[in-house]
Amino acid sequence: MSERILDINNLSVTFGGLHALKDLNFHVDEGEIVGVIGPNGAGKTTFFNMISGMVTPSSGEILFEGESMIGLDPNQVTQRGISRTFQNVRLFANMTIVENVMVAQHCRTKKGIFSSLFNTPGFRKEEAEIRAHAEKVLGFFGTRLIGYRLEQPASVLSYANRRRLEIARAMATSPRLLLLDEPVAGMNPKESAELTDLIGKLRSEWGFTIVMIEHDMNVVRDVSDRVVCLDHGETLAQGSFEEVSNNPEVIEAYLGRPLEKRA
Amino acid sequence: MTAAVKVKGARRTGVDWFLLFLRVLLIGLIAIGLLAFIAQQIDPNNWFARLTHDGEAASRLSWPQFRGLIVTGLSQGAMYGLIALGYSMVYGVLGFINFAHGEVFMVGAFTGFIMSNKFDEAGWWDGPIFIPVILITILVSTLVATATAVIMERVAYRPLRGSPRLIPLITSIGVSFFIQNAVILLFGPGAKGYPPNPDWLEETIPVVGIEVKKLLVIVVAAISMAGLWYFVERTKTGKAMRAVAEDKEIASLMGIDVNKTIVTTFAVGGAMAGIAGILWGILFKSVIATTGFLPGIKAFTAAVVGGVGNLGGAMAGGVSLGSAEALAPLMLLEPLGVEGPSQLRDAVVFTLLILVLLVKPTGLFGERLSSEDRA
Amino acid sequence: MSTTTTDNDVFEPSPAESAMAAAPVQSSVDWNKVARFGGILALALVFISLSGMPVGLDKRTILYWINPGVYVNNPDGVGLTLGYLSLLIWPILLGWAVGNEVVLEGMQATKRGFSDLLAGFGVGALGGLGVFALTFLMGLDREMDPDSGALVYGVRDPLVNWNENLYVLLTFNRGWGFALWVWPLLAGVLALIGAGLRLLPDGIRKAVLAAVTAIVSVSIFQFLIDDVIEGVGETINDPGRLSNFFGDPDDGRPRVDSVFDGLIEFVYAQTGGLRLQGMILIGVVAAALSLAGSYVTRGRFKASRKAYFDKPLAQRTMSTSVLMFVTALALIILPFFTGKIANELFANVGIFLLLALGLNIVVGLAGILDLGYVAFFAVGGYTTAVLTSAGRGDEWPSWVPLFVTDDGEAVVGGWLIALVFVVIFAAITGLLIGAPVIRMRGDYLAIVTLGFGEIIRLLFLSDWLSGYFGGAQGITNIESADFGPLGTVSGINPRSVFYLVLFFSAIAIYVSWRLERSRLGRAWMAIREDESVAEAMGINTVNMKLMAFVVGAVLASFSGAIFSAKVGSIFPTSFLILVSIIILVVVIVGGMGNIMGVIVGSLVLIGVLGGPKQPGLLQEFSEYKLLIYGALLIWMMLKRPEGLVPNARRSRELHQDEFLQDAWLKGEVDTGDDGDVAVEVAPA
Repeated sequence: MSERILDINNLSVTFGGLHALKDLNFHVDEGEIVGVIGPNGAGKTTFFNMISGMVTPSSGEILFEGESMIGLDPNQVTQRGISRTFQNVRLFANMTIVENVMVAQHCRTKKGIFSSLFNTPGFRKEEAEIRAHAEKVLGFFGTRLIGYRLEQPASVLSYANRRRLEIARAMATSPRLLLLDEPVAGMNPKESAELTDLIGKLRSEWGFTIVMIEHDMNVVRDVSDRVVCLDHGETLAQGSFEEVSNNPEVIEAYLGRPLEKRA
Repeated sequence: MTAAVKVKGARRTGVDWFLLFLRVLLIGLIAIGLLAFIAQQIDPNNWFARLTHDGEAASRLSWPQFRGLIVTGLSQGAMYGLIALGYSMVYGVLGFINFAHGEVFMVGAFTGFIMSNKFDEAGWWDGPIFIPVILITILVSTLVATATAVIMERVAYRPLRGSPRLIPLITSIGVSFFIQNAVILLFGPGAKGYPPNPDWLEETIPVVGIEVKKLLVIVVAAISMAGLWYFVERTKTGKAMRAVAEDKEIASLMGIDVNKTIVTTFAVGGAMAGIAGILWGILFKSVIATTGFLPGIKAFTAAVVGGVGNLGGAMAGGVSLGSAEALAPLMLLEPLGVEGPSQLRDAVVFTLLILVLLVKPTGLFGERLSSEDRA
Repeated sequence: MSTTTTDNDVFEPSPAESAMAAAPVQSSVDWNKVARFGGILALALVFISLSGMPVGLDKRTILYWINPGVYVNNPDGVGLTLGYLSLLIWPILLGWAVGNEVVLEGMQATKRGFSDLLAGFGVGALGGLGVFALTFLMGLDREMDPDSGALVYGVRDPLVNWNENLYVLLTFNRGWGFALWVWPLLAGVLALIGAGLRLLPDGIRKAVLAAVTAIVSVSIFQFLIDDVIEGVGETINDPGRLSNFFGDPDDGRPRVDSVFDGLIEFVYAQTGGLRLQGMILIGVVAAALSLAGSYVTRGRFKASRKAYFDKPLAQRTMSTSVLMFVTALALIILPFFTGKIANELFANVGIFLLLALGLNIVVGLAGILDLGYVAFFAVGGYTTAVLTSAGRGDEWPSWVPLFVTDDGEAVVGGWLIALVFVVIFAAITGLLIGAPVIRMRGDYLAIVTLGFGEIIRLLFLSDWLSGYFGGAQGITNIESADFGPLGTVSGINPRSVFYLVLFFSAIAIYVSWRLERSRLGRAWMAIREDESVAEAMGINTVNMKLMAFVVGAVLASFSGAIFSAKVGSIFPTSFLILVSIIILVVVIVGGMGNIMGVIVGSLVLIGVLGGPKQPGLLQEFSEYKLLIYGALLIWMMLKRPEGLVPNARRSRELHQDEFLQDAWLKGEVDTGDDGDVAVEVAPA
């Protein structure tokens, strides 16, 4: 077993009396793909928001590579190596496809106002590198997002391709931990099978550790090393897909209590 | 979806430190100013007063002066509160700042000017039938102001519904500019005088020492406010307004005519501004095309201070802002040795706005915003 | 567009139009619409009449030879004046607008036809009735004062323009009975012409519009055109004049006859306005050029322009630099030929252009609506004033430098040193104002910056700081900017100011241009699109927004420093909120986020209408320009929020639906079919 990359202890958050997350314990090891499942409103997205710094927890600690992430702004979290996608795809719709990916490299590049103004060789070199990296990242998804598409605004893309572009944008921040929020939602079976394949490659070829929220159990089964089920802000079960999917509490959370057991 | 409830954690950036410094500085200045004021009330010749007044003693504020300031502050604040209601309601329902709302107020004041002068020419203004005459004036001004607000909504804002949120704001700046300059062109650029008030309005009530006209302003504002409260909280239209403020789409699915409700919102806000306009005329007896600008901004500040979208808050914000504006120059700035402090009255208001947004951005009584604006 | 040119290609009908030509669509008059438009027209005409515009603009003749009736300000003169034009243009516009074409979702529901003419006439007639109603009421109110014999009006009391001049102008001095039939008829015919323009073939219509636009512009810009042509002509006759241009213009040689004097006299009348022959000449030339554009070049020019704009930015660089070089050269040469007043105008345009370029970075690129932008202009102006004026407040300690010699002369290079301080103070002010507001919601930010702008002005105005900034008396005796051998820039030589402002505008343009295409520009765009996602993608939004704020502040302070040196004295009244709003209008009308747009915006608005206090080419408009600014702002937001020269990206933002519809028609929208995409994944 390799090193812990993310370690979350006793994490809680309350929104005006509502416990969105209660005493959550969670960890991810380097190179793992962890699937997070749970019924709607279980606190999965809040959980992601908290890791990525968009929501500050009420108590508990988040350690990323041994360093506390509490109180960091989202951009600092991204800078430290955690990147995410959004459940309701949030692209920069009026920027071109390649710009969407280029802008994500902001925190990995550093040329400032003066080198931009004087168009220094260093600046031009960096711009070329940003562009090359962006094309490389986009090329990961086949030919869909490159070629003539590069200079088109993101708003012309189909839903599936928007999801792909969002993953590409997250990849471009060069994270070590990638948080995918329902990556295959809205895709047809063929597309989601392909993306499942790609998620595997994200680990094997790009070396990302991945935490993925997903409702599509086929995807979760195919790609996750470990599955965590959340309900009402608490961990219901974790373990291999089979263990979790056969856990009676999980089944109950998803399907409700079987009739004969209701008292 | 992603509720960006950002509670500041332990780590601060340079900007955070600066903001903290700014908060401490502003609050510190206020505290020092107040202490110095108290000190000079006790002993005008204390060392701090001599320090800030080039070695001379400060002047003490007498009780009637102080009382006068408070009453002035309250009556102005009541007007700000009335105008602020319009800002607050429109912000609650449509989620944008109607920058031109101050001009609705000005139109009300202008209508009052025309009406009152015509009545004065007929000899009715300063006569025994002043009360019915002023009621008619208020009614007409309110109608004109309401019509202005409704036309504004129809022409300039309705086509923009659903566009990026800065677009209606910019448009409303244009509307404000247009109305202001249209009034200048139609009625001339100079200040327009109201006829003199009847004597009994200018008198001071003996025991409490309040001028009758200021009392009138406060009373009329309170009545209007109560009426509005009843309208919003108790009537069917008011319920529809609150529903639209919460979520336009759902409200329309529930059978509420969203357009009509929005028009009502503008109309009610305009009516309140119209009443405030007349009160302004009675209080200051003069109106000019740019009259709407500063009270408009101040009323917006009042709305923010009280918590945008919160009607009681708007009124409370108006009153506290009016008092702060009246008192701060003499109670804070003068003890700190600022010369000509009343010139900086407007600066006090803007500083207060900034302070409130820095310390408690949701206002004193909390915001009530529609769901899409909360993010 | 195909290269084979057919007639259709020349006129470029919209796809819907050609597809629908054969479809049966009804053509009838929509009387509701006519009544609505007629009502709007009537209200507009009455409002414009009462605003005083027709009477006020009556001094300016457009066409010398037409006599519509009376010429209020000059009863002996005749001509179509700008005053009448301010009324008569509206029937034409509304007649055009009432056109019966309804296009729903790309499908034409009703078509153009002769019913449009009828509708147009109806609208115009209703509008004319509105004017008649006004004259009738005025006639009822009009009384002869028995004592003085003057005509007095009862309603004049609140309505300042309800007076004899307006009555005379509206009734052509023939009483309201004349207005009863002449206005509905006149307005009706004009609206009919407006509606009729729709029926003309596109090429002809363009030619007609070009002719009318040319005639009106040539007439309105008489002063500038006259000035430039005379200047060029004089220089041809006496090339020696050029040698004197960097010197004091007051030593300039007397004006000599220009070779073009004959042409000017042929076109323009002595008292202003175009002669009949001039009008015909200009109309014919413009129409011919327009027709040539349509038929002779067969759209090739248009196609090449389109090809240029279709190219990705990176590939445009070559053509862009050529264009910019040519423009710069033209701008440098132009002031050699123009007189002092025109140069003053250019200098004013430049000062506001510089401000607008700065605001464009803040609003256009980073999406921060800063309404207190004037504060930085003020800081630039006051810093320069304090450092280069002997007349600054006397409470400054002696270690605050003063770049004035003991004889009260400007120190060589003193302005430049002061400029260093200006930049520093502007940047600090930018940070001080920016830091508290930068986390606020966009609309709160707008109002709070407005508050800051006001606070800064109130501080400069206050008695409290009058020992430093002179309070309401301001700071006078500001030295001109002495650049030693390069010359001196001062208000008495507007040409020098123009060059200085040109230099700084070039810097500002370069800065905007570079930043937009850099990592910072992309980050700003991302913030403008979705701030919280931008932050989640690793962009430090606070720092980036502050940076935009500071860059904008520094550019505005340059403008302030030049303003200070130009005017020679500085008062708090030069820094009203009004200035911020006018700059905002310039940026928005030109096209937010687009350098070219901002330039066009400043030229059109500041150049033609004028700045907050500076007169433009249409000096008669100074009373009405603020109203026009307000109306323009509303109109642009409603109809064309992307501005006159749109930035492609901005228009996409503002017309998302239409854009997608177009893209769909062109087959560019990605429908998600993987049919044509190889599913195999490229090796990483």
